[in-house]
Amino acid sequence: MRDPIFPHCHLLGIEGLSPLEINRLLDLSDPYVAQNRGSDKASKNLKGRTVVNLFFENSTRTRTSFELAALRLGANVINMQIGSSSVSKGETLIDTAVTLNAMHPDVLVVRHPQSGAVKLLSEKVNCAVVNGGDGSHEHPTQALLDALTIRRRRNKIEGLKVAICGDVAHSRVARSNFYLLLTLGAEVRVIAPRTLIPSELDRLGVQTYTDMREGLRDCDIVMMLRVQNERMTGSFIPSVREYFRFFGLDREKLALAKPDALIMHPGPMNRGVEIDSDVADDFERSVIREQVELGVAVRMAILELLANNLSAKRVDSDGEE
Amino acid sequence: MNGDQPVKTAYTGARLLDPTSGLDAIGDILTDGEKIVAVGPNLFDSSPPADVTVVNVSGLCAAPGLVDMRVQIREPGEEHKESLRSASQAAVAGGVTSMVCLPNTDPVLDDEATLEFVARRARLHALTKVYAYGAATKGLEGKELAELGLLAEAGALGFTDGTVGIADAQVMRRLLSYAATFNLMVVQHPEDPSLAGNGVMNGGETATRLGLSGIPREAEIIMLERDMRLVEMTGGRYHAAHISTAESVEIIAQAKQKGLQVTCDTAPFYSALNELSVGDYRSFAKLSPPLRSEEDRQAIVEGLKSGVIDVIASDHSPQDQDSKRLPFAQAAYGGSGLETLLAVSLDLVHNEDLSLLGLLAKLTSIPAKLLRLDAGQLRKDAPADLLFFDPGIGWKVIGDNFKSKSKNTPFDGRPVQGKVIKTVIDGRTVFDAITNADPA
Repeated sequence: MRDPIFPHCHLLGIEGLSPLEINRLLDLSDPYVAQNRGSDKASKNLKGRTVVNLFFENSTRTRTSFELAALRLGANVINMQIGSSSVSKGETLIDTAVTLNAMHPDVLVVRHPQSGAVKLLSEKVNCAVVNGGDGSHEHPTQALLDALTIRRRRNKIEGLKVAICGDVAHSRVARSNFYLLLTLGAEVRVIAPRTLIPSELDRLGVQTYTDMREGLRDCDIVMMLRVQNERMTGSFIPSVREYFRFFGLDREKLALAKPDALIMHPGPMNRGVEIDSDVADDFERSVIREQVELGVAVRMAILELLANNLSAKRVDSDGEE
Repeated sequence: MNGDQPVKTAYTGARLLDPTSGLDAIGDILTDGEKIVAVGPNLFDSSPPADVTVVNVSGLCAAPGLVDMRVQIREPGEEHKESLRSASQAAVAGGVTSMVCLPNTDPVLDDEATLEFVARRARLHALTKVYAYGAATKGLEGKELAELGLLAEAGALGFTDGTVGIADAQVMRRLLSYAATFNLMVVQHPEDPSLAGNGVMNGGETATRLGLSGIPREAEIIMLERDMRLVEMTGGRYHAAHISTAESVEIIAQAKQKGLQVTCDTAPFYSALNELSVGDYRSFAKLSPPLRSEEDRQAIVEGLKSGVIDVIASDHSPQDQDSKRLPFAQAAYGGSGLETLLAVSLDLVHNEDLSLLGLLAKLTSIPAKLLRLDAGQLRKDAPADLLFFDPGIGWKVIGDNFKSKSKNTPFDGRPVQGKVIKTVIDGRTVFDAITNADPA
């Protein structure tokens, strides 16, 4: 049977999900946190199922997290890291999708440097697709693991003031977090230099600040984004040291947030660029390592849920024939 | 040459529509060979003479065949996307009898030999009259002037770098000055490339949501503002292609008020659609310039109403599946436009923004006049290029049914009202929706 609350075949993004659906995903993730902390981490819920990690962009952390999640559920996992080399061979995204689909995977986890590419691919396959990050669009599992981290620490998300700081223009993490946090009733602030704030961002429902001292005031959560140098096609910021001076998180700026404000970062961190090591490694405040930990649990829940929905769908369509 | 129809043909009982004379009355058209010999109400006292073939077109509108001043044909170079033959089949199905193609073929139309090659291929294979713009700069690179005089002698109707804006102010200045020698117009794609950057759709909320790089409206506005200064400085003839923003309409209006030789067109895409058509990364709605905001779309409609926008052109940009079935940022720009030109433009009449004659002027007589073509009129001695259509018939745009090789229409699935029934060029029927005969 399909999950009654989250009956979807794919997880392509957070936009459009209801609070009920988001909370369902978080609720399903929670038990895996404890399981992952125990000595017996194995379950057989996805025994015999195939998960393919299809990464068109370099990734160690997200891919490893998905791989571990699938292995702990007993699934067979294949990693395909497709760099720019195979694009030059001329195979299109859709050809790759059709080829993989012919091998009957159950879940495809896809990361792609182009916004919208994962959705395009999902239209050409009949397995479940998880968006592992598409261009500057969405990275839904990251937002879910962030939400789970916040929820476990603060017991709620509604009403919290969350500051998201950094390269919002190019960040898929930022977009998924906007949708998720706003849907669950948080107040979302964006703090960034104006060159890294995309146009009409305020229409998404977030408040924008260009001064960290104003933006951080009374915040419950400070989420730092990686300054994605590799994405910068032009010169958005004059220099790293100037960026750190005005937008890097250090003790002094952090003091403006609530005294118990949590520090988050999706990783990998550029120490000394967007975040000072001193705060990043502060056990009292920084939950950056916990984010990584919970990422596995969230991905386990999602892989299992989508694989089960897929089985139900296959049974349904068999019945129709 | 004219084996399939007798020399004299009478089209009887149509609603005659000639924007130039203002004729709007039930009547008849008599053609003899390639020319119209008579047009008007009650042409025949009782019945037409015996040596005339009678075609009863009562209940239909009769207008001059459409003159489409902006069409991309992929021949030579990318015939798998569109050939002269397939483009002309699409054109006649859309009621277009004359079309002007851009020089952005491969090789580009920047010398007389290539221009003559296209003219010869068109004579052999095209159903419509095909004209071309010459390249404004060599290789469309925006650096050195192409041989404008020689291109003009070979029949170029104007000069343009096609889908690329001429960014260098000095080049544009010299181009306008030099082209003025031949009194031909410079057709600009008004978009500042440095400001457009790596943008792929209109900058704004939708782009921000989708995580796509935006092209700010200012890329078009700034280029137009600069160009107006250069037109004033040089006294050249300037035509802005497919304008898409509210400010563009204002800028052109001011230039006209100053008495500059400036004209412009837009495409049905920009009067009928806005950026929301991109929806969930629909690459068929990836156009250049990008579809803009709803306020811009409304301003474009206003510009058409006020007459600031002179012409509606299809901006036909055929792309094959492989160029469009890609992640949005990688997909090619452009929409197939010939077969929806009239039907979508007729929305402006159905919505009472334009009169039928007012709309037809923008599709026939005005572009013909700008291009100095003997076309776009229903009058004695004019070429018998005729369009018969029913403005009331509703149908649904389905790209897969297009005659064009490329099915990339942003109007796919859109219900429209108004159908081309018959197209006649130089007295010969080249399209008939009833018999659907392809006069191959």
